[in-house]
Amino acid sequence: MERVETYNDKVVRQFAIMTVVWGIVGMLVGVIIAAQLLWPALNFDVPWLTYSRLRPLHTNAVIFAFGGSALFAASYYVVQRTCHVRLFSDKLAAFTFWGWQLIIVLAAVTLPLGITTSKEYAELEWPIDVLIAVVWVVYAVVFFGTIAKRRIKHIYVANWFFAAYIITIAVLHIGNSAALPVSLTKSYSAYAGTVDAMVQWWYGHNAVGFFLTAGFLGMMYYFVPKQAGRPVYSYRLSVVHFWSLIAIYMWAGPHHLHYTTLPDWAQTLGMVFSVMLLAPSWGGMINGIMTLSGAWHKLRTDPILKFMIVSLSFYGMSTFEGPMMSIKTVNALSHYTDWTIGHVHSGALGWVAMISVGSMYALIPRLYGRTEMYSTKLIDVHFWTTTIGIVLYVASMWIAGVMQGLMWRATNADGTLTYTFIESLAATYPYYAVRLLGGLLVLGGMFIMAYNVIKTVAGGAARRDVPVMAPAHA
Amino acid sequence: MEAGTLRGLWTLLALIAFVGVTWWAWSGRRRERFEEASRLPLEEDPHKNEDK
Repeated sequence: MERVETYNDKVVRQFAIMTVVWGIVGMLVGVIIAAQLLWPALNFDVPWLTYSRLRPLHTNAVIFAFGGSALFAASYYVVQRTCHVRLFSDKLAAFTFWGWQLIIVLAAVTLPLGITTSKEYAELEWPIDVLIAVVWVVYAVVFFGTIAKRRIKHIYVANWFFAAYIITIAVLHIGNSAALPVSLTKSYSAYAGTVDAMVQWWYGHNAVGFFLTAGFLGMMYYFVPKQAGRPVYSYRLSVVHFWSLIAIYMWAGPHHLHYTTLPDWAQTLGMVFSVMLLAPSWGGMINGIMTLSGAWHKLRTDPILKFMIVSLSFYGMSTFEGPMMSIKTVNALSHYTDWTIGHVHSGALGWVAMISVGSMYALIPRLYGRTEMYSTKLIDVHFWTTTIGIVLYVASMWIAGVMQGLMWRATNADGTLTYTFIESLAATYPYYAVRLLGGLLVLGGMFIMAYNVIKTVAGGAARRDVPVMAPAHA
Repeated sequence: MEAGTLRGLWTLLALIAFVGVTWWAWSGRRRERFEEASRLPLEEDPHKNEDK
């Protein structure tokens, strides 16, 4: 009998399951630190439970463990399906899975111990950074190796976004993590002062642009058309969307350093490019949402589509809010306040988490030989708990942020400050309570998802390898 | 060359690149290929129970 080539879905299954696991872990840590802001005694005077050590654990877990696993799963699945070919190498793909899990575990151990570079979203110390670089290069080899042996000529737009995300993250990570090690757990950045700050936010903002945006847009360009059962609204727009987004994003980083020692021209450059970003961002959002044009009725019955369309709406909102906050005069009010936290979670929970969750609900049944999840009703319950949770979270942080900004800048007739810092903190308390409630709802939704996934996997067909599709057109 | 002239040329170059990409994407010759490509996500794996 002829041996039929099959897809490597094993690594996709592994990453998909870990997406749910790390989602729960990362959001649980988020809920704990939200509670600590309300009740500081919750750190129990234990050093490794302090806010300062758990906060980077939260951000690393949700971005790189939860979001990262979702991106690995989606990119490996999409590149195989749209190239009509099995992954380039099973062994290397398995290496990326186990390597990435090891990195996450190392992060979960070192960050609470206080081992950190203190660079935001790049806190991990140099031995882990080296490991990340190795795993990422292998990831690139697997992804581009698969593209190289594709059976059809065209490279689908989702793969372009995944490709940009993989290349750029490699460049950013290696560039920003350059450091001089002095011991196994301590290193000093290769950059100093203002240059260090600029390199850090060149990295930081492009992590937003290429990890949290381009990667998930790749997910969007495959799973939204798939779930809607119709091709993307405009393929031509997706091409222009891709090139303009990646060309503009790279220059927006300085908006994190308004009114600092960074030269004024660089701040203005960052502001102008940030405002320009509105155009490609909204082009992409409209392209995604309009894919449903003519099939809006599907939203009534399909909660997976609801996840995807609401995620695109949050994408639109946060990519309007972002350019606005990058304008210097607005930034003077918003910077260092909880408005920034609200903005980040509108993007990270509303866009990134919802598109990931929606895509996983579409993907997981397919990986286990089923046509749909164990319970569509529970997906709907998850959708509503998440949506209400995010709205509570974001709205409370907006109000708290604007209030803090106004209180900090208020002055009396004689030029003295109207409020002490502690007064603004006391005024923020009720909003921290609402934020905690929102976070609890989002976390609760993830537990519902975990139950649904366990039932789906348990009732799935015996794991059967899916043969590679013959190209529809040579 | 003066820095200002260089910046101006750079802006012009970026504009040309953008118009070029847009023109390329919308030109008639690409239409059929793009329509074919946009159907790629809609292909379904042969389902377990539909084996021939």
